[in-house]
Amino acid sequence: MNHVISGAALPDGTRTDLFVRDGVLVDEAPAGAERIDAEGLVVLPGLVDPHTHLREPGREDAETVASGSAAAARGGYTAVCAMANTRPVTDTAEKAEHVFDLGVSAGLVEVAPIGAITKGLAGAELAELALMHRSRAKVNMFSDDGACLMDAQLMRRALEWVKPFGGVIAQHSQDTNLAGASACCHESEISGRLGLDPWPPVAEAAIIARDVMLAEATGSRLHVCHISTAEGVEVVRWAKSRGIRVTAEVTPHHLLLGTERVEGYDTTFKVNPPLRTSEHITAVREALADGTIDMVGTDHAPHAPQDKDHAFVDARPGMLGLEQALAVVMEVLLDELGWEGVADRMSHAPAKLAGLVAQGRPLSVGEPASLVLVDPASRAVVDRAASSSLSRNNPYHGLELPDPVQLTMWRGKVTYQRG
Amino acid sequence: MKHLTSINDLTRDDALSILELATEMHDVQNREVKKLPALRGRTIINLFFEDSTRTRSSFELAAKWLSADSINISAKGSSVSKGESLRDTLLTLDAMGIDAIVMRHAGSGSVHQARGWVRASMINAGDGTHEHPTQALLDAYSMGTDLEGKLVSITGDLLHSRVVRSNVLLLEKLGAKVVLVAPPTLMPPGVEHWAAEISHDFDAVLPDVDVCMMLRVQRERMQGGFFPSEREYIALYGLTPSRLARLKPDAKIAHPGPMNRGLEISSSAADDARSIVLNQVSAGVAVRMSVLYHLLAGES
Repeated sequence: MNHVISGAALPDGTRTDLFVRDGVLVDEAPAGAERIDAEGLVVLPGLVDPHTHLREPGREDAETVASGSAAAARGGYTAVCAMANTRPVTDTAEKAEHVFDLGVSAGLVEVAPIGAITKGLAGAELAELALMHRSRAKVNMFSDDGACLMDAQLMRRALEWVKPFGGVIAQHSQDTNLAGASACCHESEISGRLGLDPWPPVAEAAIIARDVMLAEATGSRLHVCHISTAEGVEVVRWAKSRGIRVTAEVTPHHLLLGTERVEGYDTTFKVNPPLRTSEHITAVREALADGTIDMVGTDHAPHAPQDKDHAFVDARPGMLGLEQALAVVMEVLLDELGWEGVADRMSHAPAKLAGLVAQGRPLSVGEPASLVLVDPASRAVVDRAASSSLSRNNPYHGLELPDPVQLTMWRGKVTYQRG
Repeated sequence: MKHLTSINDLTRDDALSILELATEMHDVQNREVKKLPALRGRTIINLFFEDSTRTRSSFELAAKWLSADSINISAKGSSVSKGESLRDTLLTLDAMGIDAIVMRHAGSGSVHQARGWVRASMINAGDGTHEHPTQALLDAYSMGTDLEGKLVSITGDLLHSRVVRSNVLLLEKLGAKVVLVAPPTLMPPGVEHWAAEISHDFDAVLPDVDVCMMLRVQRERMQGGFFPSEREYIALYGLTPSRLARLKPDAKIAHPGPMNRGLEISSSAADDARSIVLNQVSAGVAVRMSVLYHLLAGES
């Protein structure tokens, strides 16, 4: 299907018509094209999520590649990087190709598997990183997300191993001696009062500090997953000033939601790293605005009810994010970032990180027609039932937020359209 | 008042009313026939996910002496490991048509969560390191009726104590002044925002207190680096014979148990004439009778 998208404003404010033929932007209207009226809408390059949990294989009751892809399209995404902590773990070329193929079959977004750094996420031996990279899945990013790679020597080896092929090691920064398995609440007056095991900011910053030094020593690329603390941001800022090859992502929930959300022990708000207090929220917002934090990563983490209906400490950590990520970024930072900034933090930067050459491209002739049409004015109360995800652990349920996504197109195919 | 999951569920008047009725209930305990008909036909489940001797047996006796039917469920090990969610466990029990669930669980906030799931009254018998409201009530009962202006020190492992959180909240309601004494490693985050003074110097606090409450310190905490040795802990924070000598003559010595004699409290302190440790145990049944009565006797 060919399209004419009329009247949309580009991120720089220019109003234009876009012509789509065979999945590519062209310079004139193709014959018989379907017209999409985009008057009053903004067009952004398709969003790219550097950090998604799709749960397949292993927990198809919580999410599948297909349902997660649909949720991504609904959120304006045209690519997601699928975290390795599935069952089995994505730690070989064959397993990476399996996830990649599931993505192709679903056909709604580009699914780029992230490979495990270590076999089985066990933190003991390196996984076959280069073979995953050479596979059909072309894995470029590696992470033991959910677990921090605590062994500094192994972290150094991983950075060295991926350097020849330009791979990047994405770390879940959590010193497990400072914040162990039961740590589930930002260390604060609230954690003390609620009697929840504290997760102090230094547990994040100490690992980031160690890892940027390792990145400097090896000259390799480090990516910091879901940075959540003012201290962590300061370390990244310092590392960038030294020219260290480090990037960082922040989640929508760490941009918007504070520690006080856990006061009723609602396990929807249990997430790792935990929701932080206002000084940290302010710090990550400012850092995303000034570019110290390069991008938004959703850490979309679907969970079935039986994994959340436990005592707070026993419940699985994680919350949904794909469908509201753009809304949250607009809510908290559109004025500072502008649409070009939003396009950079949610499309260009994560595409570059993950090595997705057909994503995060400018909306110009000859480029892939992967884009999202955004209504800048629409707002709505979030309803967790109105979702393409199989899970309902949506932390934004009941909040009034922007309701921007009107249409998502991936390589010329409409993957989501507001009904 | 339908639930008791936190001292915050009680107004000052509620707390005073519970303590007042506990006095009457305490008399029942000394009768030959210890049985009141107040909760006849009511059903209470004692649901204990963690071991307990005194709390569980006193809730059990309290229910029996009020003529309620009660059963005990010991569900050691988390429901996670058994494959059933906590919510399902509670919904299952609730569906049997019971009136109240007395629950102890290692997860902070779990009893509060349960309130949102069940129809029965929820009573917190200790949730993780959050609260233990009936313990605070019996502690206050044992300390004496008028606590207005009294100085209560609470010394020990505050970080891992559910008793201290409930005690600080209740003692504030009752007009007492609280001073919390512990090494920095065993202070909860944000404790400076609590309604209490903070001290790391037990010796400076000791001469002025009206009630000296000691909290259990688990020897295993040494492994986490919370203190270097028993000897060093005792030297700084133990209620030793020499510290005992510096307590006011009319001060009371309290300990919610179980005691680690020779660690946080010396035997001479535990057995001192000023010790109210056994009064606390004795008050446990009476206070829990009063709590059950307040929560369950009103509704039909």
